Amino acid sequence: MAVIFPKWTNKIPLALAAGGPVALVAVVFSIWYWWSPRYTDVGYQPTQPVPFSHKLHAGDLGLDCRYCHHTVERSSYSAVPATETCMNCHTIVQGQNPHNLDKIRESYQTGQPVEWVRVHMLPDYAFFDHSVHIAAGVACQSCHGRIDQMEKVTQAEPLSMSWCLDCHRNPEPNLRPKDKVTKMGWVPEADAAAGNSGLDEIAHRAVNPPVNCSGCHR
Amino acid sequence: MTQSLAEKYRPENLEAYDPIGGRHPLVIGGETLHDITELVCRPIERKTPKAWWAFFLFSASLLGIFGMSIAYLFWEGTGIWGLNNPVGWGWAIVNFVFWVGIGHAGTLISAILYLFRQKWRTGINRSAEAMTIFAVMCALTFPGIHVGRVWAAYWMFPIPNQMGMWPNFRSPLLWDVFAVSIYGTVSVLFWFTGLIPDLATMRDRSKTKIKRIAYGIFALGWRGSNRHWQHYEVAYMILAGLSTPLVLSVHTIVSFDFAVSQLPGWHTTIFPPYFVAGAIFSGFAMVLTLMIVTRKIFGLENIVTIRHFENMSKIILVTGSIVGYAYGMEFFISWYSGNPYETFTFVNRAFGPYAWAYWIMISCNVITPQIFWFKKARTSIPILFVASIFVNIGMWFERFVITVTSLSRDFLPSSWDYFSPTIWDISCLVGSFGLFFTMFSLFVRFLPQVAMAEVKAVLPEADPHYHPGDAHHAEAEGAH
Repeated sequence: MAVIFPKWTNKIPLALAAGGPVALVAVVFSIWYWWSPRYTDVGYQPTQPVPFSHKLHAGDLGLDCRYCHHTVERSSYSAVPATETCMNCHTIVQGQNPHNLDKIRESYQTGQPVEWVRVHMLPDYAFFDHSVHIAAGVACQSCHGRIDQMEKVTQAEPLSMSWCLDCHRNPEPNLRPKDKVTKMGWVPEADAAAGNSGLDEIAHRAVNPPVNCSGCHR
Repeated sequence: MTQSLAEKYRPENLEAYDPIGGRHPLVIGGETLHDITELVCRPIERKTPKAWWAFFLFSASLLGIFGMSIAYLFWEGTGIWGLNNPVGWGWAIVNFVFWVGIGHAGTLISAILYLFRQKWRTGINRSAEAMTIFAVMCALTFPGIHVGRVWAAYWMFPIPNQMGMWPNFRSPLLWDVFAVSIYGTVSVLFWFTGLIPDLATMRDRSKTKIKRIAYGIFALGWRGSNRHWQHYEVAYMILAGLSTPLVLSVHTIVSFDFAVSQLPGWHTTIFPPYFVAGAIFSGFAMVLTLMIVTRKIFGLENIVTIRHFENMSKIILVTGSIVGYAYGMEFFISWYSGNPYETFTFVNRAFGPYAWAYWIMISCNVITPQIFWFKKARTSIPILFVASIFVNIGMWFERFVITVTSLSRDFLPSSWDYFSPTIWDISCLVGSFGLFFTMFSLFVRFLPQVAMAEVKAVLPEADPHYHPGDAHHAEAEGAH
C-alpha cells in the first residue's frame, strides 16, 4: 500500500498531546488576566474638560468630599457639583487666573454645565446606592482610592462583581467610625491610640450587606 | 430440539442456520466477507445520487429555518415563544427531553447489547450511535438557546469569573449540564472508536488522493495488525463499560429536572425509571423509522434483516408497557396519596384543557405498541414503520403533557393560563429535525453506515471452527 502520510506526521498526536494542555492553560490565563476588569478598567483616567486637581482641593486644601459631592449621604447618586459650587470660592480665589478657569467662568455666565467625564461606571443592571454605603460607614477611599493624591482622577478598583462581593461577604475591614468616612488615609490603629471609641461602635453596628442576586440586580 | 444438528447442516438448510452457532444467521442471502464490504461501501463510493441532494437540500433548508429562528430568538428574546406567566417552560424543554431520550437507544444498542453479547446489534449499532450523537446535538441546542440571554449561557459551567458567581451544585439543572455533556462526549468517543477499522477500509479503497487523506486522518494509521485489534477490543470494552451507566443515568438526571421540583405532577419518585424506559422506547422507535428507510434505499436488507426489526419491536413492546404502567401508577399514587393537589393535577391532565394531548400520548405510547404482541405485526414493514412514527409522536406529547399541564395550573388559580405555541415554537421544533436530518444525510453519504468489521466478525466464516462445505465435519460433530 502506498504511503499516504510522510513520517513526520507521526509526531502530530504527540504534539497535540503536549501542546493542547499548554494552549488550554494559555487561553484560560489570557482570559483570566487580560479580560478582567482589574486589567481593563483599573487605571482609567479620562481627561476632564477642566484640569481640576483633586490633589489640590481634597488633599492640600483639605476640602471635605461632601462640600462638592453633597448628595452622597442622602441619594443613591453622588452629585457632580454644579458650576455655582466652584464659583462659591472662585469668584474670589484665582478670580483672575486667565487660563484654567475659563470654562468654569463661561459655564457660570451662559448657564451651560461643564461636561465632566464620568470615571467610575457601573452597568445599568447593578443598583448601587451611595447613601446606604455611607450610612453603613464604608469609606469613600475603599472604592475610590486615595483621591486626595490624584492630580487627575483614576479608577483605583476593578468595580467587578466579585470585588463588590468580597466586601459584601466580609465588610468589617472597610467600615469606619461614621465621622471618618470621608477622611483619606485614615488608619484604625492611629485612631485607637488616640482613644477614639468609634471602633467599638463598628463592632456593634448591624451591617448586613445582601449577597443574594436581587440585592443589587432588581 | 426437534431437528438434529446433522439435519440442520444439510446444504439446503445452511441458509437458515449458522453452522457454528446453530442459530439463525445474522446476515442472510449468503453474503461473504467481501460482499459485506461491497454492500456497505457502495453507497459512499458511487456518484452522489440526485435523491440524496434533494433530501440533503430539504434538510438543510429546515436547518436554515432553525438558524433563522434562533437568530431572531437571540435578537428578540424568549417572548417570541408561546411562554406565559405560569408556563415558563415550553417547547424548548419538551424538545430537549424528546431529543435526549431519542439518543438512548443508540447507547443501549452499542453498549448494553455489546456487554450482553447480543450479536445482532452489529447490523444496526453504527446508525443507531450516529442517531444518538445527532439527537444529543439537537438536544443540547435547546437548553443553550432557551436561556434567552445566550451570551450568559456559559454561566451554566463552573468557570471562575470576575462576577464571583458559581453554579448551584444542588440544582438538577446543573447536574443536567454535566450529564448531557458527558453523554455527548462519551457517545462521540465510542462511535469514533468503532469507526476506526472501517475508516481504514474506506481509506484503502479510496480512489482519489483527497479521499485517502481525509479517511486516512481519521483512520489514525490503522493497519489491522493483531496488536491494533487487541488494543481496539480493550478500548471498545472500556467505552462500552463507561457508556452503560450513562444509558440509565442521563435520563434519570433529566427526570430530576422535574422530579426534584415541588410541583404536583413533577414531584414523583417514579420519574427516573419511567423516563429511562420512555427514552429507550422512543429511541428504538426512531432507530426503526430511520433503518426501515435506509436499509431499503441503500440495499442493506441482508444485513439489517427483519429479525433485527422484530427484536427492536419487542423492546418497544416491553418499554412501551413499562411507560403505560408508569402512567397508570401516577394516577394510582395521586389517589392513594390522598393529596388533593396531586389528584387534581392528574385528573386535569386526562380531562382538563390538555386532554387532547394526553389521549394522543396514551394512544401512541400505550395502545400502539400492543400490536407487537403479534408476530405478523413485528415482521410487517408497513406496520413497523407506522407504529414507530406513532411512538415518536407519542413520546413528544408525553414530554409536552408533563411539562405544560403541571405548569399551566399554578397553585394560585388566578395565574392559570393556557399555553399556545407560536410560529417560532413550531419553527424551532421543525428546525431541530432539519439539524438532525442534515447530519444524518451527511453521515450516510460519507461514512460506512454499518460496522463492517463487526458484522464480519459475526459471520460463520469468521469462526476458527468454520470449514466451508465440510458437511462431514458438521455431521461428525452432530453425532459426537
